[in-house]
Amino acid sequence: MTELSKSGAAVGEPTGTSPAPSSFLEVRDLKVHFPTDDGLVKSVDGLSFKLEKGKTLGIVGESGSGKSVTSLGIMGLHTAGQYGKRKAQISGEIWLDGTELLSADPDEVRKLRGRQMSMIFQDPLSALHPYYTIGQQIVEAYRTHHDVDKKAAKRRAVEMLERVGIPQPDKRVDSYPHEFSGGMRQRAMIAMSLVNNPELLIADEPTTALDVTVQAQILDLIRDLQKEFGSAVVVITHDLGVVAELADDILVMYGGRCVERGPAEKVFYEPRHPYTWGLLGSMPRLDREQQDRLIPVKGSPPSLINVPSGCAFNPRCPYADIPKDDLTRTVRPELTEVGSQHWAACHMSQEQRERIWTEEIAPKL
Amino acid sequence: MLAYLIRRLFAAAVMLVVIVMVVFCIFFLVPKWAGVDIATSFVGKQADPAAVEAVRQKLGLGDPIYAQVWEFFKGIFVGRTYSGGGDVTQCSAPCFGYSFRSEQAVWPVLTDRFPVTLGLALGAAVLWLILGVAAGVLSALKRGSFWDRGAMVVALAGVSLPIYFTGMLSLAIFVFGLKLFDGQYVPLEESFTGWFGGMILPWITLAFLYAAMYARITRATMLEILGEDYIRTARAKGLKEQTVIGKHAMRSTMTPILTMLGMDLGALIGGAILTETTFSLPGLGQAVLNGIKTQDLPIILGVTLITSVAVLVANLVVDVLYAVIDPRVRLS
Repeated sequence: MTELSKSGAAVGEPTGTSPAPSSFLEVRDLKVHFPTDDGLVKSVDGLSFKLEKGKTLGIVGESGSGKSVTSLGIMGLHTAGQYGKRKAQISGEIWLDGTELLSADPDEVRKLRGRQMSMIFQDPLSALHPYYTIGQQIVEAYRTHHDVDKKAAKRRAVEMLERVGIPQPDKRVDSYPHEFSGGMRQRAMIAMSLVNNPELLIADEPTTALDVTVQAQILDLIRDLQKEFGSAVVVITHDLGVVAELADDILVMYGGRCVERGPAEKVFYEPRHPYTWGLLGSMPRLDREQQDRLIPVKGSPPSLINVPSGCAFNPRCPYADIPKDDLTRTVRPELTEVGSQHWAACHMSQEQRERIWTEEIAPKL
Repeated sequence: MLAYLIRRLFAAAVMLVVIVMVVFCIFFLVPKWAGVDIATSFVGKQADPAAVEAVRQKLGLGDPIYAQVWEFFKGIFVGRTYSGGGDVTQCSAPCFGYSFRSEQAVWPVLTDRFPVTLGLALGAAVLWLILGVAAGVLSALKRGSFWDRGAMVVALAGVSLPIYFTGMLSLAIFVFGLKLFDGQYVPLEESFTGWFGGMILPWITLAFLYAAMYARITRATMLEILGEDYIRTARAKGLKEQTVIGKHAMRSTMTPILTMLGMDLGALIGGAILTETTFSLPGLGQAVLNGIKTQDLPIILGVTLITSVAVLVANLVVDVLYAVIDPRVRLS
């Protein structure tokens, strides 16, 4: 028990103030809690990860696992403009290129937003202002961080629209969001996010609101642009197909915490957490018998106010009784290294998990 | 945009003709069906039958309804001569009817009184827009604070207290108590300061009621808009908070405020009866109140028509402003 938590702290969850990391983006023990009338909602409860420039991290999990809260936390959007509401309680460290964002001056963080780090949102129709043209919105994003006149900024906007593949960009720059199709809107949103060449791009469910046929185009676009601009990308999604397309590393979140993290091919082909197995089983497979095409994860996501004690996944985990002494229900498992750069938080022994995966899970997928 | 404007203008013109016909019919036909003789009501119940017959002939009340409507329309453009029973009454264009009760044409009454009501409504509107919107925005941004709670209590009082209470109270304090104003209406042409001094209390009284409503709607709208995704996008772009609120959020908040403003202004221009009565302002509201008391149908008809025009014009202006604010309106 002590051994587990010790080794977990050593490799998985660094805590306390420490010098600026060498990584481009490093999140350490991030906690985002929201006080409500019903109690404290622990949306993110101790999350750590690193990301280098030119790399893509996929954060995966179901609704309410804390994915979006994490992304808004990095952007500093939990604290900006929260009028009169009970404020979110945020702790931990977010290091972006040598600057710690949570302790930095809010106005300094504001200046980084849109310039050094920017964000693509899930639904481009509601995320774009309906009363301003696409061009006006891109020009505003550019001029907030660059001291140029409107003409130059508009030229830049047209250039960006052309880059993201919008036909007749010099005409469409004067269109309003409602005059664009869903895919075009998301392209415009991407153009706006990239207009200042940000080094960190956070894409929060970038394809969820789009037609399936458009989804692949948008993912291709994000990948191409990342190569071109060399930025670090965080893709947040519940769709493993999206991360399979884009991500170098995958972080699986459950109940506000990371349950498994590692290189994409490891997480896909040698997953070491029962929840990841469940997610993989939830990907439809058309080459199977109809009743075997989908294997859903039973039960529903945990309450973030009363997170189940021990392992948050234990009420839904078919293997919860394997570890001795009721460990799964009493002690929260920490991340332990299960392979090179690959961590998982589970009380079952490595051998047990390897056996279950190869003998019971993998053949069904 | 131009096509939209022309379409709206045309619709407004058609609407106006329909309104004139409907209002005319209501005022002159319904009494007939109810068995009330309009001619008798015009001359008085004790009048001798010959006088009643003379009025009937003079006003063309015996003619079929379409002829009466036509005469009324014609009168608006070329004037009208009422003759019958030996005497002739001239009503020059634009003739909106002739009040035999007060022995004057309706149009001059309307033009005399319209500026008073217009001044009252516009002045109060400026006040309540500034106060109401500012209070609403501040309340939204400081939701749950002492200021927010205080402002909303005052707003609740403003909405609940009737004009004749707040008006009388302000008269008692400022005119009879402190003697700051003399409480007399002075036409604008005579003296600006006199006019301003006479209007300031009616403005504040009327604006208090409306500012309260506008503060509440502004607060609710602003809170809703602040939760919109595009406000989050504006922040994610790194905009300053004052730009996020002052530009992105305010522009969306204006839409419902404009809608209300159009309807309220239109209705008020038709006569703020309570305010005008409380402060003895010789406006349209007072005219129509007198008309109702004395069963002076032509006056009531005239004021009703002017109210309809005011509402139509106000709505037209609002529709055009809508199209300016919201690009999605221009297409549909």
